[in-house]
Amino acid sequence: MIVYILCFLLFLIGLYGVVVKRNLIKIIISLAIMEYSVNLFLIMVGYISAGQAPIINEEVSRTGPFVDPLPQAMILTAIVIGLATTSLLLAIAIRLYGKYGTFDIRKINHLKG
Amino acid sequence: MEVYLIIVLVLMILGSLYSLNARDLLSAVVSYGIVGFGLVICFLLLQAPDLAIVQVLVEVITLIIMIAVIKNTTRKELFTGYDAKAFVSAIVAVIFTILFFYVFDKMTGVLTGFGQHLTRMSTAYLEGAGVTGSANLVTGVVFDFRAYDTLGEATVLFTAVVGVLTVLRLKGKKKGK
Repeated sequence: MIVYILCFLLFLIGLYGVVVKRNLIKIIISLAIMEYSVNLFLIMVGYISAGQAPIINEEVSRTGPFVDPLPQAMILTAIVIGLATTSLLLAIAIRLYGKYGTFDIRKINHLKG
Repeated sequence: MEVYLIIVLVLMILGSLYSLNARDLLSAVVSYGIVGFGLVICFLLLQAPDLAIVQVLVEVITLIIMIAVIKNTTRKELFTGYDAKAFVSAIVAVIFTILFFYVFDKMTGVLTGFGQHLTRMSTAYLEGAGVTGSANLVTGVVFDFRAYDTLGEATVLFTAVVGVLTVLRLKGKKKGK
């Protein structure tokens, strides 16, 4: 159970960074940390004690205790999409820096109209 | 086994804490790499080799993009003091998240202890492993049982790449044409 708590703590650190930090790059880093902790949590839920990786070969019997392959397949999708969203955020951050000359979100406040 | 996982997780937490409090953005990005590569070791310990390979690739690409952004802009952290209002917001957010998670766990009651997972949903995938002809069950699920999901993922990736290219395009349309 303590691994669940530590993983949740990692999520809370990311949440703290998103709320408190004023630098755009640090907010993006915090979002990525939150995403990683959620991925890790779902893989931990699918783990079975003394389970094998879900790969069938000659030595491993087909009925052996495999870890759950379904969360692994889902998280495989989620990791790649996380890369795409992070790169999109960084592209927008570059453009904001070009326009305002700073990463401080308190100075980027001209989103009117 | 669980002890190794705890050690790696504590390292990841320390890395993320340093990353959020660093004065230099470059060192923040590098210590963010601790979190990503620690996640790779966690995946290997949790018997997920496919995820570990993908995570290494994704982490390296993310670090390269982030360092490129910082090299082209600035690496100074502007605000290092503490803001009382932001702290109150953070404490409220953290308390609400803990409360939501606790209530969700109590209501559903499906969260089993570490390592005592019951494969309720994926029993059909495990039994039908021979149908796909794939030795790797994860790729069997991704490319055979849930192939439409993978198609949707490719669509999301394509949209994100188009978005990045649109945002970073140097030449715009000229006015009056």
